[in-house]
Amino acid sequence: MSSKTLASGAAAPSVERQHRQVRKMPTKQLLGLAGILGFLLTWELIPRLGLVDPNYLPPASEVIAALIVDFGLTAFWVAVGETMKAWFLGLLMAVAAAVVLGFIIGSSNFLRKATNSTIEFLRPIPSVALIPLAVLMFGVKIESSLLLIVYAAFWQVLIQVLYGVADVDMVANNTARTYGLGRMARIRYVVFPTTLPYLMTGVRLAAAVALVLAITAELVIGSPGLGREIALAQSGGAISGMYALVLATGLIGVLINMLMRFIEKKTLSWHTSVRSEVFV
Amino acid sequence: MQPDPTQAAPEAMLSVRGLKKVYQTDGGDVEAVRNLTFDLRAGELACLVGPSGSGKTTLLKCISGLMAPTEGEVLLSGKRVSGPPKKMAVVFQEYGRSLFPWMRVRDNVELPLKNQGVPRAERDRLVDEALEAVGLSHVPRSYPWQLSGGMQQRVAIARAIAYQPEVLLMDEPFAAVDAQTRADLEDLIRTVWKKLGITILFVTHDIDESVYLGERVIILSSSPTVIQEDIAIDLPEERDQLETRSLPRFTELRHHVYEQIQLAKKGDRPAAAGTPSAGPTPAAASGADVA
Amino acid sequence: MKTLKNLGYLLGLPVILILIWWAATLETENFFVPTPASLVETFAEVWFGERIFTDVLPSIGRLAVGVLVAIVIGVVGGVLIGSVRWLRALLEPTLEFFRAIPPPVLVPVLMLLMGITDTMKVVVIISGCIWPVLLNTIEGVRAVDPVLSDSAHTYGVDGWARVRYLVLPSASPQIMAGVRQSMSLGLILMVISEMFASSSGLGFAIVQFQRSFSIPEMWSGIVVLGLLGVGMSFIFQWAERNILRWYHGQKEVENAA
Ligand SMILES: Nc1ncnc2c1ncn2[C@@H]1O[C@H](COP(=O)(O)OP(=O)(O)OP(=O)(O)O)[C@@H](O)[C@H]1O
Ligand SMILES: [Mg+2]
Repeated sequence: MSSKTLASGAAAPSVERQHRQVRKMPTKQLLGLAGILGFLLTWELIPRLGLVDPNYLPPASEVIAALIVDFGLTAFWVAVGETMKAWFLGLLMAVAAAVVLGFIIGSSNFLRKATNSTIEFLRPIPSVALIPLAVLMFGVKIESSLLLIVYAAFWQVLIQVLYGVADVDMVANNTARTYGLGRMARIRYVVFPTTLPYLMTGVRLAAAVALVLAITAELVIGSPGLGREIALAQSGGAISGMYALVLATGLIGVLINMLMRFIEKKTLSWHTSVRSEVFV
Repeated sequence: MQPDPTQAAPEAMLSVRGLKKVYQTDGGDVEAVRNLTFDLRAGELACLVGPSGSGKTTLLKCISGLMAPTEGEVLLSGKRVSGPPKKMAVVFQEYGRSLFPWMRVRDNVELPLKNQGVPRAERDRLVDEALEAVGLSHVPRSYPWQLSGGMQQRVAIARAIAYQPEVLLMDEPFAAVDAQTRADLEDLIRTVWKKLGITILFVTHDIDESVYLGERVIILSSSPTVIQEDIAIDLPEERDQLETRSLPRFTELRHHVYEQIQLAKKGDRPAAAGTPSAGPTPAAASGADVA
Repeated sequence: MKTLKNLGYLLGLPVILILIWWAATLETENFFVPTPASLVETFAEVWFGERIFTDVLPSIGRLAVGVLVAIVIGVVGGVLIGSVRWLRALLEPTLEFFRAIPPPVLVPVLMLLMGITDTMKVVVIISGCIWPVLLNTIEGVRAVDPVLSDSAHTYGVDGWARVRYLVLPSASPQIMAGVRQSMSLGLILMVISEMFASSSGLGFAIVQFQRSFSIPEMWSGIVVLGLLGVGMSFIFQWAERNILRWYHGQKEVENAA
């Protein structure tokens, strides 16, 4: 009996392993795919069965067809380009400003205390409150979008950088000192690596927020981009077209999330296991 | 109950029959436990020793019904265990993670009783007694993470005691506490055991501890695991950290267990491997061997 | 002495900033920027009156209802989806997609489906705020410590008691992180829904001022929104401090070690 178990025990792993990689891993993805298909099917059926007026909610197939048509249009890609341009420039400016200010404020106890009340007051102000100002100052130009995006994204990054700089381990810092590392060297080898994961979290959150504000500006103010196209499609009665554009913004959102997670993973491969997300 | 060679002895509180556990992982199957059979009588205090990775935690998880064995079964008072039984408490190896960090010490100890609908007055009494027993009556309003490692472990033990289990499973509970606390906790376990008359299965990898604590020591082989040896500990009932440990008999038993574990580590498997070992205390003789 | 110093830290920078603003508007009449005094004056004039009842309170009401409903649905749904493995695998990609859609695009969609009503505005807020709470709850429920979960199991803590004493508290740090995102999203959506499709409410009022070039009034509206944001942030911090006291305490201990 014992020899039999031994034999099967030895043979099992290799067979199982091959089996597993083909079969077990994809079940999750398959279920996820089934979920998406189920959602699309429900969407298809709701207007077809007359639960909702198809004039207001066209079936999924029509919307997807409209999206595919969009993919062939230059105007669509121009709008996507405008949105992405505002998103990228806004994010870049916000991150640059927040990193510089974050490191300056974070590394001085005095500045940290002195700015605290102001930061806590300015941060929760919703960036959409600036819409009328943006309209007055810039009209429907990209600067309007940028004002909103930068304001919203800036705080996300700044707060994370401040947390990160504060998180620097005193023991690590003092160890570095005893080995004679100077101020710059300590920032390079101790402060920066500690802050990096926080910074990446901030950038990821800011990237999502920046997209929201880019679309908002286009939708409400009318600066060029997908958001404006959506508003135009809606008021022009191109309902399938409007839903197609909404789907497109969702796809862009998913792509941005994936990109950010990818960058985060690349830069923090050494760190992710040590640190879970900080909830602030 | 059919007449079967693997039949539990009628007076057995806990019996493990031909237990086998194979983990299915992405990297293939891992046979953690091959074939384990043993019984614990009601009111017995048995220690389980074995090399690291020999499947002690796995065994405990199967006994406590947290995990289904691949083969074989676990019987509690003759009934097959298929989920966590009501009258069993487990103190986990990772004690720090087994306490609810959002509850104060007292609430942690009280929760299982509250959940069972034990009336308030009764509950208060049990919790007070348990905290008293582990010497923690002074910190009921602290959070677990405000306590030292040894204190956290005592909270976990208090929770188990207050629950009034008939069977108590402990998984290397003292692995991370200092020597002094450890000695105190060992005596605490003996006291509680005598007072409540419960059945205890105590997992450890500390040979001295197993001999000092147990009425019986079950030695596991290295993985894939079978029982290497099952020894009765014939030390006096009253144990004392200094006196008991300096008895010649203590040294002999310790020596013997040590040798067996060394053998186990070398992969030397007992002759009986694969076949179920005999009754609950077959090994009194082998203990005498050394004498 | 100590309190004086803290007061200095608290008010120092704000006072300096206001002084700079005052000095800058002292000399030249800037069309876009009112003086501090005129802003304060306009603020009192515009908002301490009927407007509180016609614009401010209804907006706040819709916001509160929307955010609260979103939190409840998000937490309940999250616990459910997070506890059932196949359900999570089934729904997660779809939910991730919904989370990725920038919520403001829901305004024109829901306007179409529901018309311009109060319900529509509340639904906009709900359908935008639900995702951070839902997905964070799922994540938090999934990450319950296995040892803790086993402990609860062996002591017979199952069913509702398990949710109440184990799952919810253990997921609460993540849930609160989601709630925080939801609250700021909710404010944004409240404003947008009123700017886009409304004849009353804070967002509408501010856009009206801007269109009629009533600059001090417009600024005073921005200040109201700012105060609302700060107020919500205070409420959140207060709630968080109470709910997550243990969590912050534990983190402190861990960091000190
Ligand atoms: N969840 C799991 N999945 C796969 N393999 C596992 C799992 N848990 C344990 N194992 C494997 O089973 C074997 C026994 O593990 P177990 O934790 O039971 O050992 P142990 O005797 O408790 O060790 P220690 O004394 O170090 O606590 C090990 O080889 C381990 O790698
Ligand atoms: Mg173990």
